[in-house]
Amino acid sequence: MAPLVSAVSRTADPFVRTGKRPTLAVWKFASCDGCQLTLLDCEDELLAVAGQVDVAYFLEASSATVEGPYDVSLVEGSITTAHDAKRIREIREMSGKLVTIGACATAGGIQALRNFAGPDGGPDVSAYAAAVYAHPEILDTLPTSTPISEHVFVDFELRGCPIDKHQLLEVVSATLAGRKPQIPNYSLCLECKRSGAVCVMVAHGQPCLGPATQAGCGAICPNFSRGCYGCFGPHEGPNMPALGDRFAELGVDADGWLRALRTYNAYAGPFRKEADHVERTRS
Amino acid sequence: MAVRRLEAAALDALFGALRRRGYTLVGPTLHDGAIVYDELDGADQLPIGWTEVQDAGHYRVVRRDDDARFGYTVGPYAWKRYLHPPALRLWRAERDAEGGFELLDDAHEVPRYAFVGVRPCDVAAIAIQDRVFMGGAHVDHDYQARRAGAFIVAVNCTEPGGTCFCASMDTGPKARAGYDLLLTEIVEPGRNGQRAEPVYLLEVGSERGEELLSELGGRPARDDEVAEGERRLAEAADKMGRTLDTHGLADALRRSLDNSRWDEPAARCLACGNCTLACPTCFCNTVEDTTDLTGAFAERTRRWDSCFTHDLSYIHGGPVRVSLKSRYRQWATHKLGTWMEQFGTSGCVGCGRCITWCPAAIDLTEEVAAIAASAQARATRRQARVAPSPETGKGVGDAATTR
Repeated sequence: MAPLVSAVSRTADPFVRTGKRPTLAVWKFASCDGCQLTLLDCEDELLAVAGQVDVAYFLEASSATVEGPYDVSLVEGSITTAHDAKRIREIREMSGKLVTIGACATAGGIQALRNFAGPDGGPDVSAYAAAVYAHPEILDTLPTSTPISEHVFVDFELRGCPIDKHQLLEVVSATLAGRKPQIPNYSLCLECKRSGAVCVMVAHGQPCLGPATQAGCGAICPNFSRGCYGCFGPHEGPNMPALGDRFAELGVDADGWLRALRTYNAYAGPFRKEADHVERTRS
Repeated sequence: MAVRRLEAAALDALFGALRRRGYTLVGPTLHDGAIVYDELDGADQLPIGWTEVQDAGHYRVVRRDDDARFGYTVGPYAWKRYLHPPALRLWRAERDAEGGFELLDDAHEVPRYAFVGVRPCDVAAIAIQDRVFMGGAHVDHDYQARRAGAFIVAVNCTEPGGTCFCASMDTGPKARAGYDLLLTEIVEPGRNGQRAEPVYLLEVGSERGEELLSELGGRPARDDEVAEGERRLAEAADKMGRTLDTHGLADALRRSLDNSRWDEPAARCLACGNCTLACPTCFCNTVEDTTDLTGAFAERTRRWDSCFTHDLSYIHGGPVRVSLKSRYRQWATHKLGTWMEQFGTSGCVGCGRCITWCPAAIDLTEEVAAIAASAQARATRRQARVAPSPETGKGVGDAATTR
């Protein structure tokens, strides 16, 4: 049988044959740390990860750091300050592959709600800041929360709030092997049906974002008889108006539909556009 | 083979007889607000006294006023879940010292199932998947092994559901072939607060089925009992929740690829793929290759896929069927039209799952009937234009002016 490795060019297979362990860095921007924790949560696979990569920078796990450049950077969090907008460009400069992990990094996260908080539906952080902080005047923040891909080139985006551990291991494995990660972009319903769950929309009359949401979590909520909250963001081609109509038929009013859209992935294109439309047209 | 009459207790005997022969029993049971197929220990786990209400995008289980064991139709999942599993590892390989790889011995025992409660539409669906997976030059060995081992206890439908149209597709409500044993459940309404126990008419479809008979008890059915079963099945054929006129349908669909009527389901379709995964005959799958963290192990997995994903029609540069319209049309025209050219039968058995389990409540029978009617109207208009006028003997239009 033909050798597996020789079929792959050296450039597409950057780490396998060099004999040197690639360096991995994990970076945090505006986020809750949950996605970084998913890496530590790998438990059984953690030693294997450590065996394959040299974890050079990962403050969540160790204060010992190695200077860049790094072969692979995992980036968590969104860009919410001018300082971070500059820092992500520096990280991009010293990273071979840059993979964003989680809804904050891929879509701006829950903090992107500020992007629509103004009276005209535009960005405004002041109301949130005043509600949260005793001295909002000391804050120095951008009016928006934006995904990393709005600032630098991203090699791969891994969705989820938080990301799924198996998908993270697949992305790391694929990156090390120089192959395309097997991360589907289709609807959650495919995963839900494969898992054997009973459709909560059809059998229980519950609103569910699954038909518009990208697979990846393993359909956790429907397997516990709850509708999908859209943690993995919009799938490759959702029909948002049609799902909105269906929500209405299930008794969800325009406010409810808007709230369903404006959560962790509120700033992701299809969710954002549908929510904007609802806001403009509701009475 | 004469029809036999069994008491309800015979189901326990049937479960026991199948278990003694080493089968893993799978049948309908109540789970999370639906009647689904699952591995069962005994006949007491059947949804006794339950039925369901089905409509487009709507399913609810409700109580019956009798103790029928099979007083419902079909649930969210078809038997393909067991014959063509949602995910199946095809092989594993390990990197060898020379930098090549070696296939690892990945032999796994294929389960031997006894399916209890297979409805006539699903019996027909299994025959269709047999043709897909075993009828051509390239046989699917895993399917073949699962199928060869499977024992099928079919149950005729005396009470069709709200989205059923097997009578239109000529697959039910009575199963004609493809089973080892066939039951017809007869249950009378309860009286004076007493819930009636059902009785069963039993027909044998194979030697394997015949071989079980001595363990099931019962007696030969009287002529009037057989006639009662036939009467109920004949009545059921007229009580279908949906109908579909299949006459000339494949041809009408072939002539309707550019029909603007496809825009209507496309406007509602969510591209979620539920119809295809709930369908008992849809067989599309994708094959994924993965490597582990060390790069020393690789494996290939086959998973259920759907013609509603972009990836299914992805060729270099992008997916062929980008619009929802093109994907819905592909599914419907394949299922009811081109499937015939490919496999010799329709791909639809009239089980109604795609209608019930569509979260957008799109009704295949309604959409397809509208397309066919539109195609017919177009053909009639065209004929009127080219037909010779009685006065002039010439057509109003000619081939050059008609499309």
